[in-house]
Amino acid sequence: MSVLVDDDTRVVVQGITGGEGKFHAQQMMEYGTNVVAGAVPGKGGQEVEGVPVYDTVHEAVEEENADTSVIFVPPAFAGDAIFESLDSDLDLAVAITEGIPTQDMARVNKRLSETDTRLIGPNCPGLITPGEAKLGILPGNIFSEGNVGLVSRSGTLTYQVVDNLTNRGIGQTTAIGIGGDPIIGTDFVDALELFENDDDTDAIVMCGEIGGEDEEEAAAFIDEHVDTPVAGFIAGRTAPPGKRMGHAGAIVSGSGTGTAESKINALNDAGVPVGDTPEEVADHIEEFLG
Amino acid sequence: MAMKLHEYQAKQVFADAGVPTPASELASDVDGAVAAAEEIGYPVAIKAQVQVGGRGKAGGIKLVDDEDEAREAADEILGMDLKGYHVDRVLVEEAVDFSDELYVGITMDRGEGKPVAMVSTKGGVNIEEVAEEDPDAIAREHIDPAFGMHPYQARKAVYDAGVDQSVARDVSSVLTTLYQLWDDRDGSDAEINPLMVTSDDEVIAADAVMNIDEDALFRQPELAEMEEEAAGGDELEQKADEYDFDYVRLEGNTGIIGNGAGLVMTTLDLVDHYGGEPANFLDVGGGAKADRIANALDMVFSDDNVDSVVFNIFGGITRGDEVAKGINEALEQFDEIPKPVVVRLAGTNWEEGMEILNEDLVTVEQTLEDAVQRAVEYAEEVNE
Repeated sequence: MSVLVDDDTRVVVQGITGGEGKFHAQQMMEYGTNVVAGAVPGKGGQEVEGVPVYDTVHEAVEEENADTSVIFVPPAFAGDAIFESLDSDLDLAVAITEGIPTQDMARVNKRLSETDTRLIGPNCPGLITPGEAKLGILPGNIFSEGNVGLVSRSGTLTYQVVDNLTNRGIGQTTAIGIGGDPIIGTDFVDALELFENDDDTDAIVMCGEIGGEDEEEAAAFIDEHVDTPVAGFIAGRTAPPGKRMGHAGAIVSGSGTGTAESKINALNDAGVPVGDTPEEVADHIEEFLG
Repeated sequence: MAMKLHEYQAKQVFADAGVPTPASELASDVDGAVAAAEEIGYPVAIKAQVQVGGRGKAGGIKLVDDEDEAREAADEILGMDLKGYHVDRVLVEEAVDFSDELYVGITMDRGEGKPVAMVSTKGGVNIEEVAEEDPDAIAREHIDPAFGMHPYQARKAVYDAGVDQSVARDVSSVLTTLYQLWDDRDGSDAEINPLMVTSDDEVIAADAVMNIDEDALFRQPELAEMEEEAAGGDELEQKADEYDFDYVRLEGNTGIIGNGAGLVMTTLDLVDHYGGEPANFLDVGGGAKADRIANALDMVFSDDNVDSVVFNIFGGITRGDEVAKGINEALEQFDEIPKPVVVRLAGTNWEEGMEILNEDLVTVEQTLEDAVQRAVEYAEEVNE
């Protein structure tokens, strides 16, 4: 079992003829992902790595029964690409693109509230159900099958924590990178709810970072609705206020909101232990699993 | 990340859109400033054009009544160092005789994923402090980004804030224009603080803030041209801009290079956790090639505070062999390695990377925790 993606997922890659799109479509297929189509305006009728390309996502859905899109479209056009997937009745859209204008994402966010399609990202590494399928750019070989669900705002931090887990023989049901932008689709609360309702997920890792209030909201949600044990990690304890730490969303504002301390306290109050190091997060998970 | 317009640029943008602004002129030398003051007519304000908050308190804004005062103030402000920024231009501006100071602003509320319009009668002071001490003093109206601001929303925000009936209509109109600008120009923040109310019930923008979403500059060519004519700031941060790195300089002596914001932040935190002090945040981004890796080492070596370096790469789209090549390239040019470098490679092609890496030049560790501890030890040894 897993959440959101498995070996039945039928994927259309938006931007499959570009450098990144082509490379990662191939990587996804090598991992076992069922990539059934590409969608690139003006490139309909071509093939990439044996995958048929359509001009529109709509055609990819009609002809190949695609139910999920992975978006590798440049930032200037990515907002439009997300709209296209939301308007094509897909179950899931995963936007890898970094640098989408914030106002475009605000309009996407509004449409999300009107459709049933779920969005992961943007500016994220994607998600993976080890042994079944991956959507995005995560390096498949570090993941292993198991019973820990993982949700994270950062890509490489996800890899680090997974590595700490995998080295101890602890595998994952699904790992989800939700992205580091100020406006994203699926957030911590959504991901926690999915894992809570997944029978095979016996423990959850949640990796947050400074900026915004998503971790505080997640802590409140865990307190009320999550019985599965959760271990946390918060990056950016040493970040000075007013300086953006790489991610557009990772900034402690002048008035002191979004600090690591506030997030760690909120999680601790909800009964979630927060590791000082990635290794300590793995310690907590090992304890939970007995 | 936002690109900040200078006050004079933001005022121009606002004035072009029909927001009333005081008469003003930009000057880059004392004679020019005095000439501008004579033309506008005293009293005038002489305002340093640099991107720092609290200019007034730091002595960057002076009100003058005659030519002698204007000359003295311009001479003092031009060339001064304001919180690390060199002042090379001043805005000479008509001093407005006001009876009230309001605040109007538009920003993105990331929690809601929507823009929010804000109005307050407590203008002229730091609005973040008002927000903290007296949140009810700021009226807020969330806006549907797909539709835009309804006219009633502008009126509602103005009435909710308790703006006097005599200027309510004009303030609503300024707020509406401000939202239009924010929307058309890909603003991240658009603010007028204070929006002054004169004794004859006119409103006038005495300051102007316009920050633009950097990710949207590709479709804002006019604004892109205005970008940071006199950026100033830390020399190393300027160098990072040239190399296109996400870089933040900090106070400590352990230099840090890594890939991915979350992992680099974690590396900083671990340096602190093991008793060291991080010197910087440097994210090389995804898929960095050898030359970029070499540039990153050059950046961190140029920081005199740095005594040791931890280089932590967990490759997803970044490949270990490229990283190793870059490290070799950067270090092989030295007869003696300037500062000890600890390297930890994991993820994509890390084994290939380890084969390439010249281990005579660096210390290799297998885990993040070990690498950080070793770098902290090296930094401590230097200071013994």
